[in-house]
Amino acid sequence: MPERSPGVGAAFWATLGRDLKLVARNRGELANPLVFFLVVITMVPLGVSPSPSVLATLAPGMIWVVALLATLLSLDGLFRSDFDDGTLEQLLISPQSAYINVIAKLLVHWLSTGLALTLVAPLLGVMMSLPEAGYAPLLLSLLLGTGSLSLIGGIGAALTVSLRKGGLLLSLIIMPLYVPVLIFGASAVRAAIEGFAYNTQLAVLGALLALALVLAPLAIAGALKMSVNN
Amino acid sequence: MTPALLELHELACERDGRQLFAGLNWQFEAGQVVQIVGPNGAGKTTLLRALVSLSSQYQGQIRFAGKPLADNLYGFRQQLLYLGHLPGIKAALTPAENLRWYAGLRGEAQELELKLQQALQAVGLYGYEDQPSYSLSAGQQRRVGLARLYLSQAKIWVLDEPLTAIDKAGVARLESLFKNHTEAGGLVIITTHQDLQLDNLRQLDLCDFPPGQELDYA
Repeated sequence: MPERSPGVGAAFWATLGRDLKLVARNRGELANPLVFFLVVITMVPLGVSPSPSVLATLAPGMIWVVALLATLLSLDGLFRSDFDDGTLEQLLISPQSAYINVIAKLLVHWLSTGLALTLVAPLLGVMMSLPEAGYAPLLLSLLLGTGSLSLIGGIGAALTVSLRKGGLLLSLIIMPLYVPVLIFGASAVRAAIEGFAYNTQLAVLGALLALALVLAPLAIAGALKMSVNN
Repeated sequence: MTPALLELHELACERDGRQLFAGLNWQFEAGQVVQIVGPNGAGKTTLLRALVSLSSQYQGQIRFAGKPLADNLYGFRQQLLYLGHLPGIKAALTPAENLRWYAGLRGEAQELELKLQQALQAVGLYGYEDQPSYSLSAGQQRRVGLARLYLSQAKIWVLDEPLTAIDKAGVARLESLFKNHTEAGGLVIITTHQDLQLDNLRQLDLCDFPPGQELDYA
């Protein structure tokens, strides 16, 4: 019979608090995906066409693709520094399950990338002449979708953390898994612009998030154990 | 007779396809300080990583309190404190913040602040507790890790080269700490190339367990 561990909550809050402090002290890393997001989207009207009708067609897909790439950019560092300084080992041999600590780490990652991207997205919608009907679904789909992006991305980050140059491999592992999120996210916004209901797409995104929330931390914990086991 | 706290049975480890040692039988009893010795590359760190359940690349069995490790991993990890080759310290956090994280992780947060002050004082870091760890010297960073020894209630200490970059006075303090810990029924497993001045010291020489025939991975 496995005993009940006394401080699951304590471990969760300890890791959550620690990672939030680390984010607050390395603000450059926090800004990195956001700046990328902003720069790419401001380049589109300059590079493609400033005409609002052209931009409006591109907007839903463009914003979603760039949000996805910005998340990808931030993934490599998710477990890297913990791996390098040995705190990852300590986390894995602590009496608490790795699952709960992984969720805490991913929550911080989502707050610092996914949520931040979601919050600046309306501004980029303006730059991309997104029609008015598109804002609510853009926010909602990003809110649900970026959660899945962080969780799925964590699997790739955990698998490649022990490789010195894991960046390319990480993209190859993660990209196919990101495709469903991208398809339903962008199509929610497009459906809303064209005047259709978009709750089906949001429901699918919600289901993907629920699935990822349950399964991804398990996969991540397993992958991390494998990565330090050498 | 109570089973040994930690027991190795016919243990063989390999690294990158090369066997390091084989046929290792050993009983770690409570109240001992066991120094693992052997030349560089003998497999000291590999053995410790297998012992603390970080690595599973070994043959044979490790038993904790008479039962295979996997059967009671949770109980084992509650009793375990491991100071690895890597410092386990976040450079951007202060010593106090690093130690608070460990306490939270291990669920040992009761009366933490007082114990934290005492631990930092004991390792000579009092006054540095609110300075980011990257601004500390190598020896001081090492001491942040060692402060965990004062905070934790774990019975089994597995320490990989804890004395690197520690000055003479610091080594003497650690020796007396090991003495207190083992007198209270603890176990210390340590690798170091320095001589330790302890009465209850036992040495496990990995050269006594040379690799034999090739491992058979079926």
